[in-house]
Amino acid sequence: MTMKYTEDHEWLRVDGDVVVVGITEHAAEQLGDVVFVELPEVETMVAKGDDCAVIESVKAASDILAPLDGEIVAVNEKLVDSPGLVNEDPLGAAWFFKMKIDDLSVLDQYMDEDAYKDLIG
Amino acid sequence: MADLKRTVFYDLHVELGAKIVPFAGYEMPVQYPMGVLKEHLHTRSDAGLFDVSHMGQVILKPKSGGYEAAALAFERLMPVDVLGLPQGRQRYGLFTNDAGGILDDLMFANRGDHLFVVVNAACKDQDIAHMRAHLSDACEVIAITDRALLALQGPKAEAALEALVPGVAAMKFMDVAILPWSGVDLWISRSGYTGEDGYEISVPESQAVAFARALLAEPGVAPIGLGARDSLRLEAGMCLYGHDIDTTTTPVEGNLTWAIQKARKAGGAREGGFPGAARILRELAEGPSRRRVGLRPEGRAPMREGTVVYAGPEGGEPIGAITSGGFGPSIEGPMAMAYLPANLKDGDTVYADVRGKRLAATLAPMPFHPTSYKR
Repeated sequence: MTMKYTEDHEWLRVDGDVVVVGITEHAAEQLGDVVFVELPEVETMVAKGDDCAVIESVKAASDILAPLDGEIVAVNEKLVDSPGLVNEDPLGAAWFFKMKIDDLSVLDQYMDEDAYKDLIG
Repeated sequence: MADLKRTVFYDLHVELGAKIVPFAGYEMPVQYPMGVLKEHLHTRSDAGLFDVSHMGQVILKPKSGGYEAAALAFERLMPVDVLGLPQGRQRYGLFTNDAGGILDDLMFANRGDHLFVVVNAACKDQDIAHMRAHLSDACEVIAITDRALLALQGPKAEAALEALVPGVAAMKFMDVAILPWSGVDLWISRSGYTGEDGYEISVPESQAVAFARALLAEPGVAPIGLGARDSLRLEAGMCLYGHDIDTTTTPVEGNLTWAIQKARKAGGAREGGFPGAARILRELAEGPSRRRVGLRPEGRAPMREGTVVYAGPEGGEPIGAITSGGFGPSIEGPMAMAYLPANLKDGDTVYADVRGKRLAATLAPMPFHPTSYKR
């Protein structure tokens, strides 16, 4: 399955039975150089819209929201030591966390790549 | 952005790919395509060119007499020794109010028969009004509106400017000189706001863009935006007016007692005689109750302006707040300035409330990154 995108500039990718979450290139570019990432605890249950990670650039702090209800099953510890990965490879190496959700069909509510490209103009 | 002003370099910023933001009433470049982090590091390793034309340039010309007349008048507004500044030298100054608070900080230079003053962009209109109100008996207060101001900072600044303007390499930190380039006079000081060696150059607007392009063509010179200017000055431990000092902080609380020379202190040749002298002289004698200090957070999380500081990891009332904070690219970690009780010392630990969690930070000497002035 392909990537889905939220209005908060997060991307979601299904990987087996989990959803991988990161931020888009557009978001990384808008934030500027990322200098700090705080990740959620593994095995935390989150509800859609919860603040579950923090990303700070040279300019400001932003929250990463849980895009879905579910459980955090993995976090990308590499970002803690190398926050600059978010600027270098936002769609790949700089994933933030993986979530386990009950029903993958909830991803249908989010944009596909074309719709997201229209959003960011 | 309808009523925002532009400096003479606006089109050049856009051509260089700058991201433009409103700042102090101007549309200014916050960063170029290099990005804040690399611009910061480039300034420390090579040379950075900054547009600081939004700042106010003012000449104080004595109505009769020479420099001494202008200096004595100017001393009425600042707890600073203006009279004792030698010709061709620049010094840091502060306008104070009757309560001892700081109205603005500035640079002034002795140019023989007059003073040249550079003030902050956000304060320049009120500063000029303040000087006109209090100095007009002795000085003509001339706002310079037809000159741009550039800062060239970093280890390659000297070679770059010397290539265009022979003679600048012989200047020392805080020297000022008037030197020709392409038929116009440049007003040059060897100073800046980054902790690096470098220059600030006032250039007539007619030649300003050509001069900036000539500097950008020199080896190692890159345009640098306001984002990196802020992280560079914070690493250098320098105050940003309106954040780290303002009308509610005195120079003593602001840890700027080094800017108050002996002549203006108790027992000095021209003791007191500036706004707020009673409080400022008392704080010099007895010590302030709080003071601006440097903080190094223990983890990686930046502690931003407004973050509340506590003595312990839980409970208790706030003991102060952070006035500037962010990530220092050269020190590769977070840094901050805060006002805290004056009994705390370097090495002491305090706790800052970051998103509801108390994170430890250590009082640390400033500058956070060593300065490299040409003394």
